[in-house]
Amino acid sequence: MMGRKKRYYQGVRMAPYDLVKEFLLALLGVTVLVVLLAAFLSSPDEPPLTIKSVARQAPDMYVSTVLSELNGSSPISGYGPPYNNATGAVQGIGSFQPATIIGVHIPINPAQDFVLGPLAQDAEANPALKPDLARFNRASGNQQTAWENAYTKALGKAKVSGTSLTVPACSCGPLPAMMSAMVRLGQSGAMDGLLLTTPRYYQTDYTRSLLFLQDDQGVANHAQQLNLLGSQWGVMNETGNYPGQAWLWLYTLLYQIQPYNTAWNPSIDLAVAVTIAILSILLILVPWIPGLNRLPKYLKVYRLIWKDYYREQREQRSTPDEGVTPQSTVTSEA
Amino acid sequence: MSMTRQVQERLSDALPYEELLPYEQPAYVHSYVYLFGVATLASFILLIASGIFLAAFGPQWWHSSAVGHFFNSLHFWTVQAFFFFMVLHLWATFFQGAWRDGRGLTWAIGVITFLVSILTAFTGYVSQQNFDAQWIGVQAKDALNATGIGAFFNVLNFGQMYGYHIFLLPLLVGILMSVHLLLVRLRGVVKPYPDGEKPREVPP
Repeated sequence: MMGRKKRYYQGVRMAPYDLVKEFLLALLGVTVLVVLLAAFLSSPDEPPLTIKSVARQAPDMYVSTVLSELNGSSPISGYGPPYNNATGAVQGIGSFQPATIIGVHIPINPAQDFVLGPLAQDAEANPALKPDLARFNRASGNQQTAWENAYTKALGKAKVSGTSLTVPACSCGPLPAMMSAMVRLGQSGAMDGLLLTTPRYYQTDYTRSLLFLQDDQGVANHAQQLNLLGSQWGVMNETGNYPGQAWLWLYTLLYQIQPYNTAWNPSIDLAVAVTIAILSILLILVPWIPGLNRLPKYLKVYRLIWKDYYREQREQRSTPDEGVTPQSTVTSEA
Repeated sequence: MSMTRQVQERLSDALPYEELLPYEQPAYVHSYVYLFGVATLASFILLIASGIFLAAFGPQWWHSSAVGHFFNSLHFWTVQAFFFFMVLHLWATFFQGAWRDGRGLTWAIGVITFLVSILTAFTGYVSQQNFDAQWIGVQAKDALNATGIGAFFNVLNFGQMYGYHIFLLPLLVGILMSVHLLLVRLRGVVKPYPDGEKPREVPP
């Protein structure tokens, strides 16, 4: 052993220790453990929801989502950065609003990206849709709003039978034809692909598709059935009876308590993030924070951890004349 | 003067192999409490091993093949084991006041490893390509967007998250764990707190 460590351990009884064997045994032990767990308990793999599945399961809810994207009343329409310049989801501490400072980096125009764009692509293959789409695009904003409001009322009286949706006749301009096309696109699975399509061929970005899906209430209903909602400690839950991200317990806990879920609720995500950041920095800096760095000494859990060491020391003090090298008293402290 | 020789001599002085791989330890190290760290390291190696298989066969494999699903299960349970042992190691070293006697940096790097590991696991959860991934993604985006980070770290972008999960973050965890281990080996484990009892006075 070299100088500094030798001096540090002066008076401490040393014993042979096979680090390599310890590592190999640990590797073997953990391997056996996880192989048995994987073999007997498997792992969760709840199939993903698709736009096709939600459009077929509840076509009225799906059309309601489409309409909200078109008239700008959907959650994403009013979300704000990084998707658009709205303010619905912008959070701040005082006047400090990080999302506003960073700005729009993933531009999303719900009406265009989720409705008019897919319909325009569909119209290439279904020319009958072109006049309706052109009529809607030519209409004034007020006219579009009037049609959308009338269709919203009619949708409230719609009848659902299996996967088919019957909306009463209304003065809705081209919207019945457009919504009918959207139902066809959704229920056929075409929307799942259309929301991934960009001018580039290869795709790995599901942002538009997932944002559209999240606006559909059916997704939240499915999550609730699986106990995944935020109010159900969902961030750390897993589908099925499997352990989830238990290490996020503190993060999830903050969402359940005051003042986070009361006074700070409008900016709860930012408040929780800042709290966790501060706590993380404190944990990193524990060795240099007076008081906190001496906490373990006062908690005295170390007595349990090193109980054999302390017992050995006491025995040596009581029998010093039997040829055993006395232990030096350790004086190091925080 | 040969630069190679200079580097060799400095490395030899800074990293003597007797200290990196000692064959004896303080007797109090013979305790189960000291196994949590090595169990965490073993779990990390198994995570890399199972992750290599999952990455090699591609992200559809574990949904469509029984063998692929088994490797996914291995990866899933090893993550649980990894955090189980790591958290026990964290608590044990906290209660030992393991940062004493010049070991503050060892502690700080250990905590940073824990935090980066959480991020690594998170990117794995949103890369699963199942409903869990969908739901965690759309929920977590709000927290990240609120801080402004979501503009650059888009949890709904599978390609970006998969890259973080299978390369960038595991590499960072591996480097941090290596430095942490190096410091533990160079400085040794901390000595126990004084037990508070006066040493017996030896008569002259």
